Amino acid sequence: MDFVLTFLGTLPGAITQGLIWGLMAMGVYVTFRVLSVSDLTVDGTLATGGAVCVILIRAGAPVGAAILIAFLTGLLCGLSTAFLHTKWGIPVILAGILTQIALYSVNLRVMASKANASISVDKYSLLISQRYVRETSLRNPLYFLVIFTVLVIGLLYWYFGTESGSALRATGANPRMARAQGINTDFQITLGLMIANGMVALAGALLAQYQGFADVNMGRGAIVIGLAAVIIGEVLTQKFFINFALKLLAVSIGSIVYFLVLQLVLQLGLNTNDLKLISALIVAVFLAVPHFSKRMKMNQNKGGEKNA
Amino acid sequence: MLKVQSISKTFHPGTVNANTALDGVSLHLKEGDFVTVIGGNGAGKSTLLNAIAGTFPVDEGGIVLDGTDITRLPEYKRADFLGRVFQDPMMGTAPTMQIDENLALAARRGQKRGLKWGMKKEEQQRYRELLATLDLGLEDRMGIKVGLLSGGQRQSLTLLMATLKKPKLLLLDEHTAALDPRTAPKVLEITEQLVSSQRLTTLMITHNMRDALHLGNRLLMMDGGRIVLDIEGEEKKNLTVSDLLDRFSAASGKEEVSDSLLLSK
Repeated sequence: MDFVLTFLGTLPGAITQGLIWGLMAMGVYVTFRVLSVSDLTVDGTLATGGAVCVILIRAGAPVGAAILIAFLTGLLCGLSTAFLHTKWGIPVILAGILTQIALYSVNLRVMASKANASISVDKYSLLISQRYVRETSLRNPLYFLVIFTVLVIGLLYWYFGTESGSALRATGANPRMARAQGINTDFQITLGLMIANGMVALAGALLAQYQGFADVNMGRGAIVIGLAAVIIGEVLTQKFFINFALKLLAVSIGSIVYFLVLQLVLQLGLNTNDLKLISALIVAVFLAVPHFSKRMKMNQNKGGEKNA
Repeated sequence: MLKVQSISKTFHPGTVNANTALDGVSLHLKEGDFVTVIGGNGAGKSTLLNAIAGTFPVDEGGIVLDGTDITRLPEYKRADFLGRVFQDPMMGTAPTMQIDENLALAARRGQKRGLKWGMKKEEQQRYRELLATLDLGLEDRMGIKVGLLSGGQRQSLTLLMATLKKPKLLLLDEHTAALDPRTAPKVLEITEQLVSSQRLTTLMITHNMRDALHLGNRLLMMDGGRIVLDIEGEEKKNLTVSDLLDRFSAASGKEEVSDSLLLSK
């Protein structure tokens, strides 16, 4: 009984974190699923978003402006990876790693050579804070995050339905066909990487406010959490979520489930140091599912031939 | 309409694998020409088409389409003027997008793609009518993903997409070679119908000699990166497969037609 009560007590926190990371995971969805590229920039971008936001708020900027500038900085992070990839011909995974590593230094510069920068909700008026996660008042970050998530899903759904968004989807689905239809695929890849990293930086800005600090390592392994959210969401909802907006919602749901499971295993007494290992394992297993189901089908067909 | 001026292309230059795929090819097409291209593997047929489409830059020579020098234009910009269908049925469509979405993408070839909605209501009616002309039942399945279609259905759809906005030049790269023998004639029939109804200038590669003779008003045969035969008009009409083989031997200096010429009769 105690176990259940403790778990229920951690629910609001886990769901809130899931929603914040869900925004980040939707950025991963844009590159990984829509554009069919793996972008590893995001580990750096998340910390950049957090650092830029915290430093700006501490310098007296209004919180909305700080978040907006964090988002714009994220666009630049994506632009950097896209430049290395489309202009210098570096494979996109490597281009992402290069930007990510470069961003580590950039992030330290942003935070004036400190590994972290804190921001107290007592001193500054933040959009969301961990402190109010159990309250029923409007200060509870859940309200804001739910509305914000719905807005972001709506915006992405609209954009990917437009001519420009359709061109981006076509680039991910079949770049040769896209070029044959007059679509500048390099430009579309650039646009996709910018949108994705903008969202990741935005999530970083919100996460830093939520936890009360930005940390140069806050993005380490972010890509794995993002992928986990995308894949868990797909596995849970693929039977009945066909519409694009619902698929984005599934990413958010996947992210929440990820943090709930995480909370559960932590409560079971697992060492927090093993978290990354477990996360990596979960993602690896889910990524392997299509491969193994294909192999199983092939084996079944072989069996069928033998019987015939 | 199309002026190809002595273009050359060597792949892997300066290595042991150096391969001169195009060796000073010149070609003039008149408006409304329907040209079939035959030749063995490695003759340079696909390289010629890809050079025109801009898949890679040529080493020498120039390409002028309807008065515009397109030699230095990137592939996606040349697409404004070109309709293309590839040999691989997977190549011409976006498998994870719907049939009508694919058509809507093709309808905007050569236009700015902005923040207007990707497909208007009235477009769907037009696509329904066009798909009905294919007689494949696709008009009632416009909302399904193209990845679920068969090879023949995809090639037919790709043809429709290539001609949805009238191209200045239609490039068909053995677009029936990967189809089964029952589907290929159907796709050829659709090709003929689309080309003749819009009077499209067309360059079509084929492995099938009879198709090459039967279709179009002009026939090119390539060998070793060069055009070795160019027959048009009445002369082409009266040509037979055995004439063609004789003329090939005479033109290429090869005693007999090797298997690699593979021209299926």
